[in-house]
Amino acid sequence: MGGEIWVVGEVDAAGALTKLSGEAATAARALGEAGGREVTGIVVAPEPDGAAASLAAFLPTVLAVRAPEMARRAAAAVVAARIVALAAAAQERPAYFVLSATPDGRDLAGMLSVLLEIGVIVNATGLTWDAAADGVPAGPRVEMQPFGGRVLTSSGFTGERGIILLRPNMVTAEPLAVPGSVEECTTGEVVDLPLVRVIERVVTESPGPSIEEARVIVAGGRGVGGPDGFAGLRELAGLLGGAVGASRAAVDAGWIDYATQIGQTGKTVKPAVYLAFGVSGAIQHKVGMQTAETIIAVDRDPDAPIGEFADLFVVADLAAVVPALAAALRARAG
Amino acid sequence: MRIVVLVKPVPDPGEERLGDDGRLDRSVSAVINGNDEYVLEAALKLVEAHGGEVTLLSMAPAGITDPIRKALAMGATRAVLVTDPALAGACSWSTTQVLAAALRTLEYDLVLAGADTSDGGGGVVAAGVATLLGLPYLSHARRIEPFDGGVRVERLSAAGHDVLEATLPAVVVGTQLLGEPRYPSLRGIMGARSKEIAVRTLAEIGLADRPVGGAHATTALLAARRPAPRGSGRVVRDPDPVAAASAIVDFLVERRAL
Repeated sequence: MGGEIWVVGEVDAAGALTKLSGEAATAARALGEAGGREVTGIVVAPEPDGAAASLAAFLPTVLAVRAPEMARRAAAAVVAARIVALAAAAQERPAYFVLSATPDGRDLAGMLSVLLEIGVIVNATGLTWDAAADGVPAGPRVEMQPFGGRVLTSSGFTGERGIILLRPNMVTAEPLAVPGSVEECTTGEVVDLPLVRVIERVVTESPGPSIEEARVIVAGGRGVGGPDGFAGLRELAGLLGGAVGASRAAVDAGWIDYATQIGQTGKTVKPAVYLAFGVSGAIQHKVGMQTAETIIAVDRDPDAPIGEFADLFVVADLAAVVPALAAALRARAG
Repeated sequence: MRIVVLVKPVPDPGEERLGDDGRLDRSVSAVINGNDEYVLEAALKLVEAHGGEVTLLSMAPAGITDPIRKALAMGATRAVLVTDPALAGACSWSTTQVLAAALRTLEYDLVLAGADTSDGGGGVVAAGVATLLGLPYLSHARRIEPFDGGVRVERLSAAGHDVLEATLPAVVVGTQLLGEPRYPSLRGIMGARSKEIAVRTLAEIGLADRPVGGAHATTALLAARRPAPRGSGRVVRDPDPVAAASAIVDFLVERRAL
C-alpha cells in the first residue's frame, strides 16, 4: 500500500462545505479504490465541524482542524501551514492531493508544491488510476481540456506524488452509504508563512447558483445594449434555473459584474446549456464556454463567429426574442 | 517603488497547438499573457503615482522577445529574460524555482503576476514563488494600493471581496479588474528598442546544479487528441419573435434541457 490521497475541503463564507469539495472527494474516493490507497479528507477552518461532517458524507475519515487565526488571516498560508504539519506528523507522507480548481485551491496548491516538493496538474476534467506506462509510474491519470477544449490531454506524475486541481461540475458528488467519521485534530507548527491580514470582508454577491456550477447559463454580450438588457436575461435565467453570464465586452462596459465574465481572463464553464444573447463569440469568449453540451446563440449579425460553433443559431434582434422566450417559458411552466 | 512584473509570453489565444513531442509549440506567434497585461498596467500606474521603476521578468525560449518588447513599449524600464535550452518542457514546479531564483538577483518592493495564463498554465506559480522567497502572498486582486511600508489589496472572494494588508516586499496576483492595459505609444515603441533585455541562463541565476527543467519535470503529458467536432449547427434566419422563441424552446426540449 502506498501513500494516502488527501482531499482538502473548501469552506464558503457561511462556513459550509462547497459543492466542489464533495465532487473532489468523490473523485478521490474512486481514485483510492482503483489504486488501493486510503483517502482522507481535511477541513481547516475557524469552526471546521460542520464542513468536516459534510465532507464525511463522502469519505470514511475526515480530519477537522480548528484554525481560529483564519478569521483574520488570508486562508491559503494558514491552510498550507496546517497541511504541511499534518503531513510531517503522518506515519507515511501523503502521495496525492485532490483540491478544488478555485482561487483558494490554486493558492494552496502553489504553496504546497514548493513546501512538499511535488508537482501540480491544474484544471482536471477527469481522473482515473492507471498502471505504469510510458516511463510514468502507476498512479492518477488526469484528463484536461486545455486551450478552451480544442485539445483533450491525459497527463500523469513522473514521481509517485502530486497535486490535482479538479474543475467544478466534472464529477457527480456521490455520498457514501454510511457516512465516515470526523476526527478533531490539532497540528504543530512546521513552517511559519508570512502574515497577510484580513482587514474586512465585504459581501456583495447576490444569491443564486454560481456561474461555474450552473447547469444552464444565460449569457449576454455587447449586443444586449446596456445594463437594462441584462434584466431580461436574469428573468430567463430564473425561469431556466440557471445563472447569468457575460462576455468581456459587457463587463468592460460596466453593464454587469466581473464575477459573471466567461472567457480567457474570466471563468471557464461547462454547463449543459449555454444560451448566448448578443455575444459575437470572439476567441477570448469561446475558450471559456465552447465545451458546453448545447450552445444556443441569438444575434442580429448572421456572420457572428458564434454562428460557426452554436448548435442552434437564431439570427434575430434579441430585444424582441428575449421577452418572447420568457413568455413561452412562463406559458410552459403554466 | 521598485516593481517586478512576471510576464509570460504565450501563443496567441486560439492559435495554440501541441508539437509532435506533445509539448506546447512555442514557435507560433507569441503575445503577452492577457492577465499579465492587466498587472503590468497596474504597475505602470503605481510608479506614475509613487515614482520608481518596473522590471519585467520572463522565462521563455530565447527567440521570443517580441512580447517583451511590447511590454517595454508600454512603459516598463527594463526586462530580465531567463532562457536556457534545459528549460524546454519545464513543469510549474520548475518554473517556480526559476522565477524565485531570478528574483533573488533583483531588488524590488513588490512582485506582480497575472491570475493565470491562457496557454494552459494553472495560476499556481506565483504562490510558490512567494513561499520560496518567504514573502506575503496576496492573490486575485481587483485593486492594489501601497501605503507606508505595506500594500493593501482588495481580493475577489466568492461572496464579494476581502480587504487584505501585508508588509512589503510582497507578491500580489492581479485580475482584469485592475483596469484596461494601455496601448504602446509611438514614442514608447521607439524607446523600447534601446531598453535592456538582460538574458540570464540557469547557471547565472544559481540553478546550474538544481533539478529544474524539462528533464526533471514533475508531470508528463501521456496522450493528446482532438475532440470530436461539434457538427454543424441549425440556423434559423430572421424569424418573428414568437417563432424564434418556439425554435429555442423546441431545441431545448429536443436536447432534454426542459
